[in-house]
Amino acid sequence: MSREGVINAALLAGLVAVPLWAWAGDEPFTITLATRVAILALAGVGLNIALGLGGLVSLGHAAFFGIGGYAMGILASHAQAYDPIMESPILIEGTKLMPVIWIIAIVAAALAAVVIGALSLRTSGVYFIMITLAFGQMFYFFSISWPAYGGEDGLSIYLRNNFPGLNTLDPIQFFAICMVLLLLALWFNARLAQSPFGLALGAARQAPRRVETVGLSPFRLRLVAFVISGAITGLAGALFADLNRFVSPTMFSWQTSGEIIVLIILGGVGRLCGPVAGAALFITLEHFLGELSEFWHIYLGLLLLAVVLFARGGIIGLLAGRAATHD
Amino acid sequence: MTIILFIEQVLNGIQFGVMLFLMAAGLTLVFGVMGLINLAHGSLYMVGAFAAAAVAAATGSFLLAIAAALAAAAAAGAIVEIVVIRRLYARDHLDQVLATFALILIFSEGVRWIFGSFPLYLDIPAYLSGPVSLPGGIEYPRYRLALIGVGLSIAAGLFWLISRTRLGVRIRAGESDREMIAALGVDISRLYTIVFALGAALAGLAGALVGAIQSVQVGMGEPVLILAFVVIVIGGIGSIKGALIGSILVGLTDTLGGVLLPEFFRLFMDNSAASSTGAALASMLIYILMAVVLVWRPQGLFGGTA
Repeated sequence: MSREGVINAALLAGLVAVPLWAWAGDEPFTITLATRVAILALAGVGLNIALGLGGLVSLGHAAFFGIGGYAMGILASHAQAYDPIMESPILIEGTKLMPVIWIIAIVAAALAAVVIGALSLRTSGVYFIMITLAFGQMFYFFSISWPAYGGEDGLSIYLRNNFPGLNTLDPIQFFAICMVLLLLALWFNARLAQSPFGLALGAARQAPRRVETVGLSPFRLRLVAFVISGAITGLAGALFADLNRFVSPTMFSWQTSGEIIVLIILGGVGRLCGPVAGAALFITLEHFLGELSEFWHIYLGLLLLAVVLFARGGIIGLLAGRAATHD
Repeated sequence: MTIILFIEQVLNGIQFGVMLFLMAAGLTLVFGVMGLINLAHGSLYMVGAFAAAAVAAATGSFLLAIAAALAAAAAAGAIVEIVVIRRLYARDHLDQVLATFALILIFSEGVRWIFGSFPLYLDIPAYLSGPVSLPGGIEYPRYRLALIGVGLSIAAGLFWLISRTRLGVRIRAGESDREMIAALGVDISRLYTIVFALGAALAGLAGALVGAIQSVQVGMGEPVLILAFVVIVIGGIGSIKGALIGSILVGLTDTLGGVLLPEFFRLFMDNSAASSTGAALASMLIYILMAVVLVWRPQGLFGGTA
């Protein structure tokens, strides 16, 4: 096992051990913090497929995070009010069943990613950054000005959604659901990176012209990566909304996009468990610095600046050294 | 809707557009000359507005407040360029985005720490308040008209600066070949600091001028920053002309869309449904405009092959 592999294993074991320890000591708040880490890490894993593998700096992933959140909010709010979403031509009812909500969140986020990706990927570099940012804002303003689902105030869900055979109101059981999904996403990410598709995508990041010369289309590779990336971030959005039992336009805000990127950078770009390390650090900082000072964002900003200027490669880069596979 | 109301809205759109231009001009210059994407440009807008509000509260003079906004934003810009931004020119865009995102966090929380979370207010001076009568019986706020005048004269000044002065020659030379002008003996890092401070001063001016019609608060810069991004994507990065035309286009689309779309939907919908559908669509309109421009010309209306 490589050094990075050991670090990854330790990191994931720690993320499982902390809530178990808190469960034994009856500290539900710590379990909730760990659940937030798992969910943000899942969003980060999604973005990391576009950013780390594909080299696509998307500042608009809040769009997918928010779509996932609203998919959950809309379905659950109709279900709790016993009010069908649509009656004609076919009856569509809301649902409180997590797996159904997840599938709908993933499909909705993927569809949005197809449209946003097809338009944004016509450009590259700094244009791509600005355009993804602008599309994220478009969803943000739409969610504020569309009154049917709470507008600016957002939507509250009274009870967490159900998962067959589990009691999702118990923090440790909900954590288990999120953790399993995170592990599945990490496994998928690791397989994807080594698949022919992942290799071609990495090549399209490093030498797009050569990829074109061997007959592959960098645009298509990137679009597929962007859609997969958006879909995973959408799933994280649905879980995040379920954790808070609340959805609001904040999920679409550009700060959310920024934070998802920040936690990838803190952890290490293109590293399998970078988002996990970054999310753990982010939540720890938020919790402890937030207690020390109301203005903890200053310290976050200084830390981020220091990481960007002096410690490229993030936490995992510092601990594991340069990855042999990464440029 | 009457024709007078329509003309007023067109003027509002132009006023919004020229203020966006002050932001977009700095962004597009910094990108064109240094190849840097600066998310913290909105923070400089906020710095200008806060400096103006503080000086206006202390001295009561609007002109001094504007001068303070220009000076504070230019100084903040120069310091940030020397301490942080300078290290980012050779980095990729991801590092630039992150470092300038970090600067936003530092600026926003720093300003909140100094001034508190409550919005400040900047009053319009007496000689610019009240309406002015335009031909055709239109009453229009004097201050907004002054903003249009200031914005257009600054646009003219910028065109003159870029096309007629020695500094402008250097800026244009820096855009097309930075090694060459460094080899010709131009102090490139001083040129970069000057361009950055110039862009910052324009952003600070916009913040102070708009601060007098809206409230001055933390986080006021970012929505404008994102609109300025839309403007330069539409206009083409690096082009001042593109920034001006893009700004006016975005300003008019946003303002007129907000007024006309609900009216349009009222033709075939009931009143409340028309208002909400119209408002929701209007909020997305400029992004739809941007998407259309991108499909038609991915490099923007006046962009080169960037």
